[in-house]
Formats: sequence, structure tokens, C-alpha cells
Amino acid sequence: MSMLSRAKHDLTMADAARNPGGSRVDLLAVAQMVEHGARVLDVGCGDGELLRLLGDTRGVDGRGIELSREGVNECVAKGLAVIQGDADTDLADYPDDAFDYVILSQTLQATRRPRVVLEHMLRISRHAVVSFPNFGHWRIRLQVALGGHMPKTDNLPYSWWDSPNIHFCTIKDFRQLLAAVGAKMEKGVALNAWGSPLRLHAPWWFWNLFGEQAVFLLSRKE
Amino acid sequence: MVEVKLGNPRDAAGVSREADSPRSSLIAHFGAGQPLRLDAGIELEPFQIAYKTYGTLNAERSNAVLICHALTGDHHVASVHPVTGKSGWWETMVGPGKPIDTERYFVICPNVVGACMGTTGPASFNPKTGKPWGLDFPVITVRDMVRAQAMLLDHLGIATLFSVAGGSMGGMQVLQWAASYPERVFSALPIACSTRHSAQNIAFHEVGRQAVMADPEWRQGRYLLEGANPRRGLAVARMGAHITYLSDAALHRKFGRKFQDRENPTFSFDADFEVESYLRHQGISFVERFDANSYLYLTRAMDYFDLAADCGGVLASAFKDAKTRFCVVSFTSDWLFPTSDSRAIVHALNAAGARVSFAEIVTDKGHDAFLLDEPELFAIVRGFLDGAGKARGLKVGG
Repeated sequence: MSMLSRAKHDLTMADAARNPGGSRVDLLAVAQMVEHGARVLDVGCGDGELLRLLGDTRGVDGRGIELSREGVNECVAKGLAVIQGDADTDLADYPDDAFDYVILSQTLQATRRPRVVLEHMLRISRHAVVSFPNFGHWRIRLQVALGGHMPKTDNLPYSWWDSPNIHFCTIKDFRQLLAAVGAKMEKGVALNAWGSPLRLHAPWWFWNLFGEQAVFLLSRKE
Repeated sequence: MVEVKLGNPRDAAGVSREADSPRSSLIAHFGAGQPLRLDAGIELEPFQIAYKTYGTLNAERSNAVLICHALTGDHHVASVHPVTGKSGWWETMVGPGKPIDTERYFVICPNVVGACMGTTGPASFNPKTGKPWGLDFPVITVRDMVRAQAMLLDHLGIATLFSVAGGSMGGMQVLQWAASYPERVFSALPIACSTRHSAQNIAFHEVGRQAVMADPEWRQGRYLLEGANPRRGLAVARMGAHITYLSDAALHRKFGRKFQDRENPTFSFDADFEVESYLRHQGISFVERFDANSYLYLTRAMDYFDLAADCGGVLASAFKDAKTRFCVVSFTSDWLFPTSDSRAIVHALNAAGARVSFAEIVTDKGHDAFLLDEPELFAIVRGFLDGAGKARGLKVGG
């Protein structure tokens, strides 16, 4: 991964503080990877917070897909172009190169077939932005290794039996998936438990151990 | 035999009068040289369109919203109906401060071609024969309705619509508008509708038409000439159709098996059950305001509607390069135009790269939910129009 160039503008807590809506720092990290005025599809857009942020700060032409009916209706009532749909099945309906960016924010681990989803993302869009909770984080490792139970954190509060998250991965695992689908990593950022980005020149094992969340900008390998 | 209390058979003439000289309506006349070119290959002339407007057209002429009415609706969308005296059929949605805010938008609602409330239809006087059109009226399509509405907008000097909104047959018109005149439609709100009428829906319509035509008072469609009125047939058609507008759950919630004004069954074919009494009332009140032949023509227009067939079978082609912003809405308990129909619209719009929102609203009120008090629907329509208004540069307050 020597091709990797980390995010040009590293995130600081000041970025989060500057945002009037008080957006989540991981959303700010995603937003910073999107060019101004781009055509964007947010897969699993929830209540539309990221789409709103992208509209306000990046002037994007944004669309969303959301599984939960409540989320969709809330988004539509906010004037966002969001449809009810499922990342696992409905991305197939979009034509090639329909968007400049497809975003999968904190949703990868909830898909049934992450590989197929990522392949579709890179088919319908030039770029993909994926953010996910890093299952390699030391606190999670500690809970499994020493606690002997499935981990629970502030970001992942579910019990194993009612969790929507069925495909956890570590940053290391995710890089394997990228190799498998032939995706190129353009930028990356790992956020620690306090939402601050990790040291820029830290080695991968460091990211994998201390990054609680990861955000990657991907493109197709030509 | 259903017991329907018959009123004055001359009521048909009352409908007929409204068909030619509608009260409390605006009328646009299209004379010789301004024919409506119908899909049937016939040029309809002269003809007229009855319509209502609410609010004020802004100086830029950019705030016009066209409301398309459903099968048995009319243009009295937010004002008192001249025949029934009831309030407008979409007063919950359209008016000052309502989701389609008449303090902000200039709302136009025309009566469709083929209807009976002032726009030319089978109950209208045919100046070429000196008699009501009756079955001489050409068969019309949803595309014909929309073509006529476009002529009305030309007549009013409105080049583009800020939005087109409607449910059911109104939603079909909305989709047809976006397909026929994409450059004239900034945003579109097709609610509880489909791009094609299903076999089941055609079947229901056929039952309704057969009920009308089985009434001896229909007189082969010549009842207006002969002073008759197929009230029983039209009432039965309405009763049957009305069931399809509701849902099992809604009927159960409203009526259950409750008796009507009695403790015990009468062991007769009286309206023992509340639901029977309700349906009979629906049938009777409908015939007071609707023309039987209009019912035949408009159900036929819906049956013929198939947007994909007009575009070589590929629905996405109907919306190719659409700049229009769409908001598609369906209801969970609507079995006439189920959510799967709306999803097909959304898939086609996505494939065409259109900007589309889609919301499914949970309700047990069935197809009619679009006409009823559904706060979630109001929030969605308001939010969608606000967003579109921002993109259109509409000033708040018109």
C-alpha cells in the first residue's frame, strides 16, 4: 500500500467544533473526501445527517438509500432525495457510472454480502467512500481475548443476538477485501476513540490497533 | 337486488347542467382551430376545460402547482363543491399554510377531459348534433387528459410548472406529465399510483362498467336524451370500487360486524350491517354528483394507461434525461396500487438517473389514505416542496 496517500486535510477536533450542526466527526471525515458539487449516493443514509452535511458544506447533488422506513420518511420530509431500499439488493438497479461518489457510512458491517456491495459501489461510481468500525481496535481485542465475550462499545452497543452488524472486519481485513475486488485506496484516515485522527505516518499495525473507526476513499483500479 | 332509494331521475339533468355550465369554476374555451388531438386519432373541437385556481401567480411565473384529480374527483380541490356542498376533496393538503401552501404557490386544478363537472365529456352538449355527447364521445386516455392540461397552461401563459401533484389517476397524470413534457415539470409528486393499470384493476373496472350497463335505465348510453338515469348501476359500481379503496383492516376497524341501528339480524336483505349501510350511502351519494357515462370513459382511460408500452416497453425510457425532481409515495395497505408499483417507478427513475425520493407510509386506510389525514404524508409533501422550492429559487411567501 505504498500507493496510499493519506487524507490531504487531516481532521482536527477544531473541524468538528467549527461545524454549526455539530456533526459526528466520522461524518466530517467522510465529507472531506468528497469533491464540491459532486453527484453522491449515500447508501444507508439513516436520518440524512451526512447528506445534509454534504449539501451544506460541499454543495453536492446528493441521493440516499435507507433500509428503515422511519429514516426514509424523515429524510424526505427534510427535502432530501432518499428512497427506501436495501444495499444488498438495490444497488444492482443503478446504471454504471451514475455517480461520482458512493458512500457507505457505518453500514458495511450490516450488509449480507460486503464484497458484492463494494463491487456494485465501484461499478456505479468512480469513487467509493467506506467508513466502518475497526474490529481490530485494542479495546475490542481485549474484550474478546481477556473478557471472553463479544465486544460492546459506545459505537457498537448491541448484544450479539440482536446486533444488525453481521460482518465485522478489521482495517487489515478490509485491505484484503480491496485486493480481492481490485479497488485502489486513494486516501485513508483512522480515528481514535476520541474521534481524533491518528498520527499521519503511523504504520498499518498501529492504525489497526488504535483506530476505532476507519474511513477510506477508494477508486477502481484502471 | 340492492335496495337503493331512488331520488329524482332528473338528477341526471342536474349533472348534465354542471357538465356544460359549471358553477363556481373558471372555464377555458378552445374553439375551432384549437382541437384536442386524441390518442384515438380524433380531433375534439370545440371543447372546454373547467378549472379552479388558488393563490397568486408570482411575477416570474415560477410558482404554479398543477393538481391532478383522481377518477371520481374534480377541480374543486380546496373549495366547496357546488353539487354536494361539501368541502374540497384535498383541503387537508391544499390551502393557506397547508403542505401545498396557497400563500406560496399558485395552485391550478382542472377537471379532466371526459369528466362531468365542466370539462368536455360524454355528459356535455355536443354542438354538432345539438344533443349530449353520450357514447358518441371519443374514448380518451390519460395522455389526452394531460395534453388538454398543457393547452390550458398555454392558455394561462404558464410555461413551466413548479410541481405537478396527484394521487391514483391523478398520479398517473403526474407521471404522464413528466414523460410528455419533462421540460415543463420542475418537480413531480405521484402518489399511490402506477405506470400501468394492473389486470386486477382492469378487472375491477370492468365489473363497475358492467354494473352501469346492466341497468336498464342506462338505455345504451342514451339516458340523458331519454330522461333516464342508471342510478342503481352506477351506485353498485361505486360500492364495489369503494371496497377497493379501503382495506380489510380499515373496514374491520370502522365497522367490524356491527349492526346498523338494530340489536339483532332482521332475517331479511335489509342493510343489517353497518358496513352495508355505509356502502349503500356511498353509492347513493355518488350518483348525485357523477355521470354514468363519464365513469365508463374515465375507468377506460385508466385501463389503457401503460407508460412503458408508449416507450418500446422500457419504462426508464419514459423518463430519459429527466431533470424533474420526483417524490413517489405509497401506502402499506393500498392493494389497488401496492408499494411494488411505486418501486417499479422508482427503479425506472433511478435507471434514468432522475432525482427521486420514495416514501412508503404505514397506514391501514388503504388506497384512500392519500385523501385522508395522514400527518406523515403532509410532512413529506411539505418537505419535498420546500426542498424543490429552494432549488427553484422560490421566495418564501410566493
